[in-house]
Amino acid sequence: MELLAVFPSLIAFLIAFLFGKQITDKGCQFVTCAAVIVAAFVSCVLFFDVALAGHPRIIPLANWIVSGDFSASWTLRIDQLTVVMMCVINIVSACVHVYSVGYMSHDPAKGRFMAYLALFTFAMLMLVTSDNLLQLFFGWEGVGLASYLLIGFWNHKPSANAAAVKAFIVNRVGDFGLALGTMAIFVIFGTISYEGIFEKAPELAHTTFMFLGFEVHALTLVCLLLFMGAVGKSAQLGLHTWLPDAMEGPTPVSALIHAATMVTAGVFLVARFSPVFEYAPVALMVVTVVGATTAFVAATIGLTQFDIKRVIAYSTMSQLGYMFFALGVSAYGAAMFHLMTHAFFKALLFLGAGSVIHAMSDEQDMRKMGGIWKMIPTTYVMMWIGSLALAGIPFFSGYFSKDMILEAAFADHTWFGNYAFWMGIAAALMTAFYSWRLILMTFHGKPRADEHVMAHVHESPSIMLSPLVVLASGALVAGYIFYTPFVGGTSHGGETAHVEVQGDEVTFKPEKHGSEDHGTAEESHGAAKVDEEHMVFGRQQFWGESLKVLPENDTIEGGHHVPTWVKLLPVAVGAVGILLAYLVYMWREGLAGKIVRLFAPLHRLFFNKWFFDEIYDRLFVQRAFRWGRFFWKSGDGAVIDRLGPDGFSSLSRRLGGVLSRAQSGYMYQYALIMMVGLIGLISWLIYRVTVAY
Amino acid sequence: MVDFPILSLMTYLPLVGALFVMMIRGEPDLVARNARFAALYTSMFTFALAFYMMAKFDPASADFQFVEKHVWFDSLKISYHMGVDGISLFFVVLSAFLTPICILASWNSIQSRVKEYMVAFLVLETFMIGTFCALDTVLFYVFFEAVLIPMFLIIGIWGGVRRVYSAFKLFLYTLLGSVLMLVAILTLYFQAGTTDIPTLMANPVARDLQMWLWLACFASFAVKMPMWPVHTWLPDAHVEAPTAGSVILAGVLLKMGGYGFLRFSLPMFPEASAHYADLVFWLSIIAIVYTSLVALVQEDMKKMIAYSSVAHMGFVTLGIFTATTQGVEGGIFQMISHGIISGALFLCVGVVYDRLHTREIGRYGGLVKNMPKYATVFMLMMLGSVGLPGTSGFVGEFLSLLGAFKVDTTVALFATTGVVLGAAYMLVLYRRVIFGPQTNEDAAAMPDLDKREMLIFLPFVVLVLWLGVAPGYVMERVSPSVEKLLTQYETHLAAAEAAQVTPITEENNPADDVSLPMPEAQTDE
Repeated sequence: MELLAVFPSLIAFLIAFLFGKQITDKGCQFVTCAAVIVAAFVSCVLFFDVALAGHPRIIPLANWIVSGDFSASWTLRIDQLTVVMMCVINIVSACVHVYSVGYMSHDPAKGRFMAYLALFTFAMLMLVTSDNLLQLFFGWEGVGLASYLLIGFWNHKPSANAAAVKAFIVNRVGDFGLALGTMAIFVIFGTISYEGIFEKAPELAHTTFMFLGFEVHALTLVCLLLFMGAVGKSAQLGLHTWLPDAMEGPTPVSALIHAATMVTAGVFLVARFSPVFEYAPVALMVVTVVGATTAFVAATIGLTQFDIKRVIAYSTMSQLGYMFFALGVSAYGAAMFHLMTHAFFKALLFLGAGSVIHAMSDEQDMRKMGGIWKMIPTTYVMMWIGSLALAGIPFFSGYFSKDMILEAAFADHTWFGNYAFWMGIAAALMTAFYSWRLILMTFHGKPRADEHVMAHVHESPSIMLSPLVVLASGALVAGYIFYTPFVGGTSHGGETAHVEVQGDEVTFKPEKHGSEDHGTAEESHGAAKVDEEHMVFGRQQFWGESLKVLPENDTIEGGHHVPTWVKLLPVAVGAVGILLAYLVYMWREGLAGKIVRLFAPLHRLFFNKWFFDEIYDRLFVQRAFRWGRFFWKSGDGAVIDRLGPDGFSSLSRRLGGVLSRAQSGYMYQYALIMMVGLIGLISWLIYRVTVAY
Repeated sequence: MVDFPILSLMTYLPLVGALFVMMIRGEPDLVARNARFAALYTSMFTFALAFYMMAKFDPASADFQFVEKHVWFDSLKISYHMGVDGISLFFVVLSAFLTPICILASWNSIQSRVKEYMVAFLVLETFMIGTFCALDTVLFYVFFEAVLIPMFLIIGIWGGVRRVYSAFKLFLYTLLGSVLMLVAILTLYFQAGTTDIPTLMANPVARDLQMWLWLACFASFAVKMPMWPVHTWLPDAHVEAPTAGSVILAGVLLKMGGYGFLRFSLPMFPEASAHYADLVFWLSIIAIVYTSLVALVQEDMKKMIAYSSVAHMGFVTLGIFTATTQGVEGGIFQMISHGIISGALFLCVGVVYDRLHTREIGRYGGLVKNMPKYATVFMLMMLGSVGLPGTSGFVGEFLSLLGAFKVDTTVALFATTGVVLGAAYMLVLYRRVIFGPQTNEDAAAMPDLDKREMLIFLPFVVLVLWLGVAPGYVMERVSPSVEKLLTQYETHLAAAEAAQVTPITEENNPADDVSLPMPEAQTDE
């Protein structure tokens, strides 16, 4: 059964990729969709057994690399953390697969697209089910490959190709850290299997390790190297530049890979390694600061962009920042909670945006939209639901998870926890603002597109809308239902504010059991059932051994007991942000321009994305090419070849020239040389003889 | 075990085939056709033998297998000694595998002097297999150097415009190294009184002598590898060589250097290897970083892949001289994998070269439209070269880096940058050739892979994925021999250290036997 949750997508990929021509596009679409829907269904069933009934399991498949005392195997490790990821991946992937059938209906390479999506799903599942770092690396690079292929899917577009290459290479910079981290773990722990690493971590809490000639704290080093990988994959500040460019890919790709799943792999990695991170406080601090700064910086950029997908991309980056600082303050459960809710509402937003783009004849610039909400009402409602969840408006899913994160950060009571809290509050304000900026610019106001486009505006077909409905239901209820198992109710208490609403509110009927598109419904049903049984099914029972938090670091518990103003503040700034957006873009038109002029330098900084691309281009890209040319022309050409073979051959040619001049053919010259030689020889002999005796 | 001399049979069968091809007479067309088929069948049969040998190879044993030993020069105690162990096994198989592929790949692209071309390839195969099987230094030297002759001819006769320059460059570099190695072999013979490789491996010579001999052998192997800074012959040789020549060059000839390190440097000169390890590390790092950057700016497809080979060989030398299980096994695996991947990459270049007769990257673009199958194969090989997990390229690269990390984190850090740079130049190449708009009409009109080409690529695709996902078959056979090699290496080092600690009297100072001048500064370590 576990295999049935992981491998259908691989089989579907192989069929669609190798026999795409034979089974036609329709066949590819059917095979891939069916496979992922089956996998989604199976992973929901697994969710009951593994997470709710508490039966994690490890299924070894085969050996991979064995060399001396190093060994890595192909294994499926399905514990609570994995099964949450599996459900998110398979459900969102199923939605995106179905949506793509409609979205890509005009594309000539539908089969290939579906195959790549399936490949991605498989690689992502390998990543989350790994039992050792090397298989994780396999999945990690595998999703990178799929992302590369899908960003560059429209490979006739130079911009898409550039973005694809950039994504791969920037990710590789992160992978550089992850690879070194894996090596360091092997050398320090003597194994790369999770079991061994987690067991040994407490013993090694005070060991040091010689790295680059410095004596460093071993676990901090390991964690920071792993975190470097996470920074790359999850587009955190420093290695984030690929994510906005990745929007060159088709919109379903952005929804699946660059919002819901792949970019959260970094969060998963850190959560997975919580038993190690817990003993590396410095690393946790770095994670917090990077996450909080990312949340803030990305939000500032999001304020100013005009491309509808890029706004959502920066919002993704910002939300990932939230997840990271949650990890940094040891609120792993909260980070995973936000990961899940975010997957639903962000995929919803992206697919909604895709629906808008579809309606607007492939226009992505919000300046050329407006006034279309009546023409595409379903999409409009979906975007509202997504945005409400994103802005953290009460009772939408984002509210529960984002508030939890901010409360935990506040409860950390360290300088970086506080920094994260205030950065998070500022980002929350901006998030609400740009979300409504997006809605207002896209749907409201006067139509700014030309008549031709406006005439074609139409609601998307139901094959695209039904996945939206599934995701929207997730965005509506997931936060509310999963609050207790993910972050709430410890074993000794049910005193938190949200626990009371258990049991009676869950209305999903058992009849839905078996309908494939409603994975979320089933999960919630299961959650409800278990809740009824245990009354308080807290996070400790839910996560089991899969997450580790030292008692003194338990900020989630602390987060439940923060002052009321801390709990209310995120909601308040969210509301303010929405109102401000209305003020600027609805009630006082022209105000936006004034504000931009007022803060011209700041706007320039934000609009140009803090000039990261320009700086990197100067610092690394151009330099690499310059050095390459220098090494080639000057190193290989002017030095090595000239002193080596070319020099040797020209020397011998010149020497030959000189020597050949001696062969003049004149008898008297030869006679002279002979005479001189003879005299020399005789004098030397005489000298030797006289000196010797 | 088999009861006939399988190694000699494999070695000389191609030679017999070559003689047979040489004797073909008649109409030029008929001669060419017969020569092609005769060469193909001979090499296929050799490969079948190699396959049989691989199947019969005892994976549990670390010793030499299928050993043949006959007295050759009785008075000089030089014997004809052949045998394979886990280290050489796959190089023999690789040589036998690539030769028929090369003959198939040259089927249509070589039209002049077909007979001679096929003879050259078959003779080359004999020498290659001989090199990896030889267990006597003289025999090894003969094969090792003889390889150069057919290669020189293949580049010099069937090469591109600047073929003569390239052939001579190759010759000059290699000659320099081989002269020094000859001196080393002679010195070894006079010192140890034997040319038997297993004996020499078990009984290393004195430390001071090791230092000199190591350097002499290093010169030869480093050129073959090639290591920075004696690598500049490779790009030129690759660029001018015909496709099949490049495949053999990258696939097998470069591995002779690495094989030499494993057969000579590490076991025969353990103390010198430990002493010079740092030098090798830094040369490897320079090779990885420097040539990766150079590869980034190339305009010629073959040149770019040639430079990438230098970078990949950097991982090999790095791994081998870490003298850790992971490093050495990684180095060996990386060589096998690189033999497959770079072979396939050169074949990929050959495919479009056959159609458009240019290797300039800018002349292509958007090939994915008209050549989707080609794009897929090229993609897989590109990913293998980049070292994506799941392809064979990853296993060797990762293990050698792991070995390096065990020994020196700084070295590992610098070498790992190759992972980023490697991705950069390969992706840039792929993007410019395969993706993008179709700007050149003639490139856009090229037909996709035909049946023959698909047949050629199929084994490469299977191997790259198989070795990437389940490298166990190779690793199991390699590892006992590596284990033995390293145990011996450690023992010798420990013994040497013990000898240094105990006060040495004039009589038993082993260094006294040495008649050669000593290199300076060897008191450390």
